[in-house]
Amino acid sequence: MPAFPQAAKQELANSQLRHNLANATSTIRHKRAEVVGELDDWAQLREAGAAIKSHTLSNLDTYLERFEEAVTAAGGTVHWARDAAEANRIVVDLVRATGEREVVKVKSMATQEIELNEALQDAGIDAWETDLAELIVQLGHDTPSHILVPAIHRNRAEIREIFQQEMGKVGTPAPADLTDEPARLAEAARRHLREKFLRAKVAVSGANFAVAETGSLVVVESEGNGRMCLTLPETLISVVGIEKLVPRWQDLEVFLQLLPRSSTGERMNPYTSTWTGVTPGDGPQSFHVVLLDNGRTNALADEIGRQALRCIRCSACLNVCPVYERTGGHAYGSVYPGPIGAVLTPQLRGTTSEVDKALPYASSLCGACYDVCPVAINIPDLLVHLRTRVVEEHRGWQSKPMDALMSMASWVLGDSRRLAAAQKVASLSRRVIGRKGTIGRLPPPLSRWTDARDAPAPAEETFRTWWERNRGSDSR
Amino acid sequence: MSASISAREAILGRVRSAIAGTEQTSWEDVARHYRQQRPAEDLVGLFCERVADYRATVERVAPGGLTTAIVAAAHTAGARRVLAPAGVPHSWYEALTSEFAHVDDGTGIDTAGLERVDAVITTAVVGIASTGTIVLDHGPGQGHRAVTLVPDVHICVVAESQVADDVPDGLRRLDPARPMTFISGPSATSDIELKRVEGVHGPRTLHVLVTPDEP
Amino acid sequence: MRVALFATCLGDTMFPAAPKATVQVLERLGCEVEFPAAQTCCGQMHTNTGYRKQAKSSVRTFVDAFAGYDAVVAPSGSCVASVRHQHAMVADGDRKLGRAVAEVAPRVHELSEFLMDVLGVTDVGAYFPHRVTYHPTCHSARLLRVGDRPLRLLRAVRSLELVELPAAEQCCGFGGTFALKNPDVSVAMGADKARHVRETDAEVLCAGDNSCLMHIGGLLSRQRSGIRVMHLAEILASAEGADR
Repeated sequence: MPAFPQAAKQELANSQLRHNLANATSTIRHKRAEVVGELDDWAQLREAGAAIKSHTLSNLDTYLERFEEAVTAAGGTVHWARDAAEANRIVVDLVRATGEREVVKVKSMATQEIELNEALQDAGIDAWETDLAELIVQLGHDTPSHILVPAIHRNRAEIREIFQQEMGKVGTPAPADLTDEPARLAEAARRHLREKFLRAKVAVSGANFAVAETGSLVVVESEGNGRMCLTLPETLISVVGIEKLVPRWQDLEVFLQLLPRSSTGERMNPYTSTWTGVTPGDGPQSFHVVLLDNGRTNALADEIGRQALRCIRCSACLNVCPVYERTGGHAYGSVYPGPIGAVLTPQLRGTTSEVDKALPYASSLCGACYDVCPVAINIPDLLVHLRTRVVEEHRGWQSKPMDALMSMASWVLGDSRRLAAAQKVASLSRRVIGRKGTIGRLPPPLSRWTDARDAPAPAEETFRTWWERNRGSDSR
Repeated sequence: MSASISAREAILGRVRSAIAGTEQTSWEDVARHYRQQRPAEDLVGLFCERVADYRATVERVAPGGLTTAIVAAAHTAGARRVLAPAGVPHSWYEALTSEFAHVDDGTGIDTAGLERVDAVITTAVVGIASTGTIVLDHGPGQGHRAVTLVPDVHICVVAESQVADDVPDGLRRLDPARPMTFISGPSATSDIELKRVEGVHGPRTLHVLVTPDEP
Repeated sequence: MRVALFATCLGDTMFPAAPKATVQVLERLGCEVEFPAAQTCCGQMHTNTGYRKQAKSSVRTFVDAFAGYDAVVAPSGSCVASVRHQHAMVADGDRKLGRAVAEVAPRVHELSEFLMDVLGVTDVGAYFPHRVTYHPTCHSARLLRVGDRPLRLLRAVRSLELVELPAAEQCCGFGGTFALKNPDVSVAMGADKARHVRETDAEVLCAGDNSCLMHIGGLLSRQRSGIRVMHLAEILASAEGADR
């Protein structure tokens, strides 16, 4: 996997992708703005959402223990996983104990993050993704490119082709006369998956929220595939990041307003399921929660960085990000793409790899993400914070010329006399390279600028000199 | 189990050292300046309008007209086999059995049985006006969760007195210990080019009857 | 009122027309403008690239140069935003510098803010008979929240025809060293911005930041579009009989 600048360059060359993304993100941006505009207390909801999450994080040990107690009392079993390998092992063992060889899955970022499907496959267990977009991704042997709509990079014609070619290999085939009408494609998915829902004995889900007070889990969805998985099988295993906790049932009144409006741009998503342990005679009678760390406590230890753990995975920041809109999600090299991915991934995985080091730089710091974040994560500030960390941890990594340039610039800008001297040199260079006022070609690394843009020549006379000449006596 | 216990201790230990020195705020101190209530002049009217926005069918029923409306809704859906879960008023069964050959009360029905049901008719516990949401807690009259999931048509009766103005009011009326389903319109997806399509896995038709009568 | 001009390092070295125009506008409105010669830079390039320690010398120079003024005015939303939002962050741990930052930062104004909020002026007496479109730069719009102040100033300019820029709120893709670290994405964003500018048929693209104008202008110039870029201050300084 190449780092962001190179990966982005490849993705930028895909005009179909850019067309799909531009259409999709502008549609969702407008829908969000409309329904958010309906609530005159949006700012207060946002403030409360951020405060509830911050409060939870600052007392996370207490709430984790309380949650465990409540789930256990309601007939569920709680497991703890330090990392992806441990979480996968727990889930594989639980599935094996049922004697089953397949599971149905509700779309879940946590299980994507730990690559559970691959772990299940290695253990000889088939995992069927049941969210339409995840199904498209799975059947297309592809990877998700968006948190909410993982197949956003595909258009209807591509989806039709994937369904026709792949559905029959793993179950009910697509109808022979399938068109690329979204309604017909959704119908094909319904028929393909119904067989799996009715047969499955084990389901794996994530959760949008976990209520510490009651032990309740909440899954927010649209299609009903979540309800199918959470209701019909005998065993349910939910993999839940430790940051998903909220203290009390009442807190959901904030998040059930913030999340749907921010993510799909609806007043409310079609289906929200909540359940608490096991209900005799209704739904799975064996219920397990796997509480996942996998780097979250690293982020928690960073006083500034920890606000990224407030994230409720709405993906509003992706939809407004001008960088994401042009590169798509794959360029980020992480299941969490876009602005939130650029601040979350390096904290979860650390900043040792080239991919992770480049992520905090994958932003123009335009600030659109912060404006729409329903839990007020200051993503631009976090990006700058993480850039500082990358520079401090890897002095010399940033390409030697950049280090040298920054040190030299810092020295020059530390004193106005040094700056004035440097400006004299720059003004002289104008006579050599920029007589017309613009420069068409500069040497590396500045060629990265002039490959596509003209550069301005330094001014013939700096402002400083002009001022001395015209207002000299006024200056101090 | 010992590995699991040590993971538990390890994670809690990491959490404690990560937040050591952080100011421990109290839950009561969280500022909640958002609206606890969102009064509307015509709450029931708003509820109907918002449910209809999701392309569900919404009907306001005149006093005493509920059983007739239920039967008509099932006919409109083209249903032959209908299910009304145990706990719905006896009058519903009387009206339904006089019109339909197969009327089930959901007792002991399995998933395969539900696949053969054309329409399910239930009550609800709460309606939320501002979002157009219906909440089932799967108590009497609502059936266990699969009952309102597998059949393709869901006819849901909501009493006017059950309509809350907004999410906070709605949640206050609910018991978190019960399994719950919040329904806002029929099953839908926006996964293909972000174009909304109604009807994926859940009931593709949602028909809501709003009645002034007690359920 | 003792008003100090912060020319910004980019304005001083590369685009002196903007600070010169700022001086003209402020003097025309009766301000006594000073240029503290000890000034250099706000340090944003270093801060935003992750070189926080190296930004400190700029911040120290900044607070030393501008201490004691009633108001500091800069023709750059981005540099002012850096002063207000980042200087305290850079000073972190250095209490003396932190106190100096807290003293100076609140008195630093972006040009349109200063004109409308401090001086209370919308019509600065400018004349500019051209078709102009305005790009709200991200840091002016989202960090400083200057809102429609620049547009109101432009609407008050005599003979100026203001045309709306499509997708105006979208970032131009400059982003400081982002333009060098991620040149392909930067140019892709800039190309869309340049296309929107061309769609307006404007003669002049105006903004409150020379940095963004350098990027968009560089693309427009490479495309031989014939569209000029001008800082807001330059348009506000234009007077009848002195058309450029």
